Amino acid sequence: MSEAVNLLKRAETYKENVKDIKKRIVVCAGTGCIAGGALKVIDKFEEVIKAKGLNVAMTINKHEDGYQVSGSGCQGFCQMGPVLTILPENIMYCKVTPEDVEEILEKTILGDTLIDRLVYTHKPDQKSYPKKAEMPFYRKQSPVVLKKCGSIDPTDINEYIALGGYAQALRCTTMTAEEICSFMMDSGLKGRGGAGFPTGRKWDLTRQSVSDKKYIICNGDEGDPGAFMDSAVMEGNPHSIIEGMMIAAMAIGADEGYVYVRTEYPLAVKRIRAAVKAAQEAGILGDKMLGTDRAFNLTVMEGAGAFVCGEETALIASVEGKRGMPTPKPPFPAQKGLFGKPTSINNVETLSTVPVIFEMGADEYKKLGTAAAPGTKTFALTGHVLNTGLIEVPFGETLRTIVYNIAGGVTEENGDISPEGLKAVQIGGPSGGCLTQEHLDMPLDYQNLKAIGAMVGSGGMVVMNHKTCMVEIARYFMEFTQNESCGKCVVCREGTKQMLDILTDITQGRATMEQLALLEELALVVQKVSLCGLGKSAPNPVLSTLKYFRDEYVEHIVNKRCPTGQCKALRSYSIDAEKCIGCGACVRKCPTGAITGEKKQPHMIDAAKCIKCGACMDACKFGAVLA
Amino acid sequence: MQNILAFEKAGQIIEKYGYNQAKLIPILQEIQNEYRYLPEELMVYVATMLGTTSSHVYGVASFYSHFTLKLKGKYVVRICDGTACHVKKSMHLLDAVRKHLKLEEGQNTTPDMLFTVETVACLGTCGRAPAMTVNGEVFGLLTDEKAVAVIQDIQKKEQANHE
Repeated sequence: MSEAVNLLKRAETYKENVKDIKKRIVVCAGTGCIAGGALKVIDKFEEVIKAKGLNVAMTINKHEDGYQVSGSGCQGFCQMGPVLTILPENIMYCKVTPEDVEEILEKTILGDTLIDRLVYTHKPDQKSYPKKAEMPFYRKQSPVVLKKCGSIDPTDINEYIALGGYAQALRCTTMTAEEICSFMMDSGLKGRGGAGFPTGRKWDLTRQSVSDKKYIICNGDEGDPGAFMDSAVMEGNPHSIIEGMMIAAMAIGADEGYVYVRTEYPLAVKRIRAAVKAAQEAGILGDKMLGTDRAFNLTVMEGAGAFVCGEETALIASVEGKRGMPTPKPPFPAQKGLFGKPTSINNVETLSTVPVIFEMGADEYKKLGTAAAPGTKTFALTGHVLNTGLIEVPFGETLRTIVYNIAGGVTEENGDISPEGLKAVQIGGPSGGCLTQEHLDMPLDYQNLKAIGAMVGSGGMVVMNHKTCMVEIARYFMEFTQNESCGKCVVCREGTKQMLDILTDITQGRATMEQLALLEELALVVQKVSLCGLGKSAPNPVLSTLKYFRDEYVEHIVNKRCPTGQCKALRSYSIDAEKCIGCGACVRKCPTGAITGEKKQPHMIDAAKCIKCGACMDACKFGAVLA
Repeated sequence: MQNILAFEKAGQIIEKYGYNQAKLIPILQEIQNEYRYLPEELMVYVATMLGTTSSHVYGVASFYSHFTLKLKGKYVVRICDGTACHVKKSMHLLDAVRKHLKLEEGQNTTPDMLFTVETVACLGTCGRAPAMTVNGEVFGLLTDEKAVAVIQDIQKKEQANHE
């Protein structure tokens, strides 16, 4: 190996540089914490360190003696952000503001005192948890893909290398393509993008295609609304994706790759671009990959805002500079993909898992998860729960553990624990379905979810409380897929439009039971006849909510009532005569003059004039307007 | 707005990508970064330079939601309507912001060209839902009041600059 790519030397230099670091502050700089002001916290650290002449390093490039402050990718606990972890003690501080910085440096870093107000207090048991590993949110997780994501500095290639990074890609240079493929098949890794196709098998099929040119594409077009796992990995550990792609390239015989990143993720684009550049400069990528005679070059491409591009043939069209429209399969990309050449398209999480599996060994990896679905899965845990964030659990974990242990329980609108508990969990986004109370103890894996009409999908998990209208949620997803339908095949383009119209009619009280029957019929047709995954899965939220919440649909249609009171058009406003003091605030706000009444006497709403805008309810300070 | 300089800049971008038709999307992205939208004249120019039809360029530009064919306001407010934000009432935020900016139905940009209000499918800030961005800066855990306050801050700043 040439001197330029001496991984060992880079690792040693890094280790030498950090060997005298006594404590390290890792500030989460994922999208969530940045939205909470994490970058201002990091800036403040730099400012205070400079002003006070403290022995704290912001970047590790020479032998430093003392302390270090660095940024990381998503540490998972978005709800409590901005968060920071102090190593080696593994203390986590929550909701850190720039005003806390000086105190953190003085008390916790230079001294050894905890700052109680920054320590996480768990609402249900009122206990404080200073150590990250003991916090209820982290305790039940098994980080494999996310292990390094929330701790290493994603902008420092040397730290990744020092922790064993690129060593597995290097090892693969001594293996044959068949060996790499069969190792992956043996590990049982399935695509984490949604469909769950075995990764090793996909590679092997591409390997067997004879061609002078092949491509590997990383699908970072994570379009599911409510999912951000892939963005977290791209932001937090971009080198693991590059290493996974290098191994994939060797497995299939590709010399060129593309990372296709969703444009709504500017930070992911920036981090992955920087990582590719650093890897090129280190001689890890390039015409002489890792100093060998084979080439592997990577291009980062930003998407342009089309959900359908998550579908592999549409993504290929987009990389080729065309409208992102899917094409029929076969031919599969493994035979005829990008620019007509054999191509393997793998999801971000899948590729990031690859080097980890090589490091652990297939047998060790298979000990995690279930026999049918080995390994772990990341989920974006959001919605009405106490603690939202990014989590990773082994396949086979139950919803109960995730919702009640990790997320700390279901909440009301105001953030208090909901006595009624869970209504539904939407999993798999607009292609997925919902899980209910009855599924709380079902082990989560590909098969079980498929059997009940849901799917793992990319891993969005939106928890909903009893105040959520399931018909409205189905309508929301249909509106999304309708918007995103590329329009190529009639059944998807028109079918989603018609389904959306029916769902809108239901939420506005105009629908009949015949329309409900039509909705079901349409759903089955669109599912069967659509060309690509978008159309095939578009009816899933409808079918799934109909399966578990049919009563709610019927209530909307027959009694013109939304049981949760969420559907605006079905609300009927009235005034509670006991609470109304006749102040006239609502009269002034009502745009249609529907409210009348004497001063200081209870008022009335004329239902015929009321347009159900809700302005009166917002205006009333006494809670006298009922919906 | 189309003066000779505009074409020159676009020309440089196209040259950088080696007049490669497959690079149409990154080319349009860079042009849009430069001009804040894709003027029709420039799309025709790109088509000519790449040796393709203007209908193809227009087809691509109109397919992807990131491209805009109309000039947007100085501040682009994007309210996230991903699932996590949606269940946390992101549409109320949208209503509140639109109401504050006095936007009529079907109107997304204020007449003074200061604000454009849109929705976006998901910003990946689901852990801090509901969220919105203003020219890329993310604001999370919003309420109607907080969202309006963000807009008001900008309005104050703009007014101060004006005076």
